[in-house]
This record gives sequence, C-alpha cells and structure tokens, in this order.
Amino acid sequence: MSISGLFVIAVSAILVNNFVLARFLGLCPFMGVSKKLDSAFGMGGAVIFVMTIASAVTWIIQHYILNKFGLGYLQTIAFILVIASLVQFIEMFLHKALPHLYKALGIYLPLITTNCAILGVTILNIDEGYNFIQTIVHGFSAGLGFLLALVMMAGIREKLELADVPESLKGLGLTFVTASLMSLAFMGFAGLV
Amino acid sequence: MRAWKEFTKGIIKENPVFVMALGLCPTLAVTTSAFNGVGMGLASTFVLLGSNTVVSLIKKLVPDKVRIPMYIVVIATFVTLVQMFMKAYFPALDKALGLFIPLIVVNCMILGRAEAFASKNNLFYSIIDALGVGVGFTLALTLIGAIREILGSNSIFGYQVVEGFQPMGFFVLAPGAFLTIGVLIAIFKAIEKKNKSN
Repeated sequence: MSISGLFVIAVSAILVNNFVLARFLGLCPFMGVSKKLDSAFGMGGAVIFVMTIASAVTWIIQHYILNKFGLGYLQTIAFILVIASLVQFIEMFLHKALPHLYKALGIYLPLITTNCAILGVTILNIDEGYNFIQTIVHGFSAGLGFLLALVMMAGIREKLELADVPESLKGLGLTFVTASLMSLAFMGFAGLV
Repeated sequence: MRAWKEFTKGIIKENPVFVMALGLCPTLAVTTSAFNGVGMGLASTFVLLGSNTVVSLIKKLVPDKVRIPMYIVVIATFVTLVQMFMKAYFPALDKALGLFIPLIVVNCMILGRAEAFASKNNLFYSIIDALGVGVGFTLALTLIGAIREILGSNSIFGYQVVEGFQPMGFFVLAPGAFLTIGVLIAIFKAIEKKNKSN
C-alpha cells in the first residue's frame, strides 16, 4: 500500500465526497451547531476524534468478530452499540485524563451518538473494503471534511445575521440555500482524484 | 377524538421534515426520484411503528438510566429486519437507497418519537402517533422527490411529464437537494404565518 493511495482517500473524503455537502451525512449537527464559530470548531474537533477511534474499533470488530463467526447481519446493531458506548467511554476518559480537552469538547460528545456521519463512515469503511490503515485515514479525513464544512458555514452565518432577508426565509430556509451554494462550489472538486 | 388529533398533528402542524427539521440526512440523500422518496418513507414508517409499539410496551420495565441505549437496540432490530426484507424483495430499491437503510437507526425523528411520545403514552396512542408522523415523513419525502424528479429528469414515477422540456440536471445533484428543501421550508413558514394572522 502506497502513500499516494492514502492521499487519494484523504482528498476524496475531505473535498470531492465531502461528507456533509456531497454525501448528506451529519446534517442535523451541521444545521444545529453552525450558528457560532467557536461551537463549530468544538463540534468539528469532537467529530474528528470520535470518527477516527470509531473507524478503528468497528473495523476490528467487523473483521475479527462478525466475519469470523458469520454474524454479518448484526452489523447495524453491533456498530451503533459500539459507537454509543465508545462515546460514553471517551467522555469519561477525557473527563479524568485530559480535563482541558474535555472542557472544550465535552458538551458536544453526547450529541455525537446520533450523528449519522459516524455510523455512515464506519459502514462505508467496510463497504469499500479498506484495510486497517486506510480505514483510519478515511475516518480522520472524513472528520476533517466535516469540520471544514461546519466552520465555513458558521463563518457565513455569522455574517448573514446582519443581512436583510425575507421574513419566512430566515433561519433554516436561508441556511439550506447557503448550503446549496456551498455544495455547488464543492462540485468544482469533482474529477480531482 | 384525541386519536384523530394525534394522527393529524404529525402530518402538517408538526411535520417532521418541514417544521421540526428532523431526519434530514435521508430526506435529502435519497429523494432523487419520487419512487425512492416513497420507499424510504415507508421503510422509516415501518421502523417507527415497530419501535413506538415496543417502547410503549416495555416503558415500565426499562430503568431510566439505560433507556436511550435500550431504545437504540429496539430501533436497530427493526432496521435490520427492513434491511433483510429489502435485499430479498426489492433489490433495485435496496441499491438506490444503499447506505441510508442502515442509517435509519440514527434518524433522530425515530428516537425522538420514542423518547418524547411512546415512553409516556399507552400502546394505542403510540401506534397512532407513529402512523401520523410516518405519513407526514413519507409525504414530505415524496413531495421533495417529485419536485426534484420533475425538474431534474422531466418525469414522475418514471413517466415523462412534458414533451420537449430540457430537464435541469442540477436538481438531481446535491446542490439541488439543498435548494429544494430550503425553498419548501420557507414556503411552509409563510403559509403558517398567514394562517396565524387570519
């Protein structure tokens, strides 16, 4: 396996197939936590962290437990349980060992269990047949792509607060139209890899 | 009379997509055509019905602290059933919806109904609630799918609409999905405001 192969996976997950703007994953936090730049950074950081660890753990479970005992049909149940308990575990660990990081990411961690981007990336890793290293790179860069989209959206929304828009378009409606334009811009990356 | 009110509230007043903005990921990802919208809506409705029924039955047995993981296991069980059923009987739809069938598990609409309604109400009303919200979700998905299919590929449920109309491929792609739902949410809000002032 070559470094350039890993680079292609990373670029594809961050830009070409951006998880939010091209794959429609993780839209709830994308709409909910993109009002302020600080919270966007916090949420994005927490997602990168959990995605990378969840990718690694679910890969091991799929290949050494589910496949070995022919339990492939339990994938959905097994993965969601692993992610839910992993998030809880990470929260307790950070609270004890790295209180600084916990303070920054703490309130976003419980929300992550129901972020479909996490379950989505773990299932995609298996569907694409990635090996262990590729899985970790894919998980990390998918999180990075999420952070990128979230921070850009938060920056735009902070400016939009001051704009004069029609009453009924305010809030969610305008955010979706903005997301549409961002997604159009990201389509320019198609063909990059 | 209460039953009728519980049923209709999910369709318009508390529509999960346009008003509550829940379950957005599948709403945007699979609605490239009206048929896919109906398929996803029905699959989610089945899971919602199953989870609301079971959660309402076991609500007294579940300790408060572990209720969320319990609900997620119940939901994941029904999703696995749907997954197997679709693979066996609707392989084409299974391919079109792809990743988003297992992702019904993390549809916040389903966990939301379990937590907010089924864990507090009896079996009968929980089933009514699930049916109402499910119908509202299916209608919303079908509407978005129909709009995108008409504008993006000039057809509805696979039949041609207007002869000689050049379809705008933009609406089948990702930006078109965001634009369609953004405008629909604004329209819903405008109608609601008009109703209130009258």
